Amino acid sequence: MKLLASPAVKVGISISIATGLYGISFGALAVTSGLNIWQTMALSLLLFSGGSQFAFIGVVAGGGSGIAAMSAATLLGMRNGIYGMQLNALLRPTGWRKYIGAQLTIDESTATSTGQADPDEQRRGFWAAGVGVYVLWNLFTVVGALAGSGLGDPKQWGLDGAAVAAFLALLWPRLKGREPIAIAAVCAVATVLAVPFVPPGVPILVAAVVAAFVGWFSHGRRDEGLEPDFEPYAGHGHGHGHQRAAGGKLPGAPGAEGTEPGAGA
Amino acid sequence: MSLWIWLLVACALAYAWKIVGYFVPARFLEDPRTSRIAGTMTIGLLASLTVVNAVVSGQGLAADARLGALAAAGIALALRAPFLVVVIAGAGAAALLRFLGWN
Repeated sequence: MKLLASPAVKVGISISIATGLYGISFGALAVTSGLNIWQTMALSLLLFSGGSQFAFIGVVAGGGSGIAAMSAATLLGMRNGIYGMQLNALLRPTGWRKYIGAQLTIDESTATSTGQADPDEQRRGFWAAGVGVYVLWNLFTVVGALAGSGLGDPKQWGLDGAAVAAFLALLWPRLKGREPIAIAAVCAVATVLAVPFVPPGVPILVAAVVAAFVGWFSHGRRDEGLEPDFEPYAGHGHGHGHQRAAGGKLPGAPGAEGTEPGAGA
Repeated sequence: MSLWIWLLVACALAYAWKIVGYFVPARFLEDPRTSRIAGTMTIGLLASLTVVNAVVSGQGLAADARLGALAAAGIALALRAPFLVVVIAGAGAAALLRFLGWN
């Protein structure tokens, strides 16, 4: 198998397993937050973006309306548009590959692809991670949903605590440096302050507006917060923000700061 | 029923973001503000979702077993535990605190 000799495919497969496994927690939390199994599966099959899916069920679990859940999920999905632009510049997909590739455009497939230096490896990395995560994420979503619906009282099992932990774990890899921590703190405070005044679910959207404001007026790293949930190249040195900047650098993009060319190789 | 509708709208808009990325001219990306906002919004939303799930109850705040889950998850993350272990630590802490009588 020549394909398995490709370093990008190897990374893609291992990231697929790591990400796929946490589909279990998504499936279980989705059904305990009030979605039925079909709705849970629809999110993994059609929406297919971990952060957005957790956001959707997180809002529903807190008593938020469908429209608030949809809004939070959609705002979190904006970064996939940025990834799409990067990947389009990097891989130049044509025809059906564009439309299928778009659905597979998520944190993990982008990070696996942009972490490679060779164009063929970038392509293999994207498809290996994209298809791999899609298949396993959906498989484990069903496993989690079936397990979750058989649990009885979810609170007794601490599943509301599991949701808290899941969101903190999604946030954690993005808190690199003082500025993202400050943004997280400001948004956390904004959320708490908004809670008594607006309907459930809306405080999350208030925080999103605050965060967008910060992004508009401040001048930090341009890829801040665009770290993947799982770092595909964790074993190869650190500072993947730099790898991302090197591998995913757009043609003519000014100063990917502090990056030596080819760091992602 | 209306949850289904918003769920499918969310799915459609998620795909819209993704496919739009493949069709906008690359120069749009050269405006660093676009990716800055996508990034800061990701941080802000996840921070907000963490807080809401930890201390918000309806339209009020509550200090209950979920705070224990937050602390346990934080410790697990500081120890570089993998995602699933962090989630299990959070669930375990909340379940244990409830078992011990802290709602």
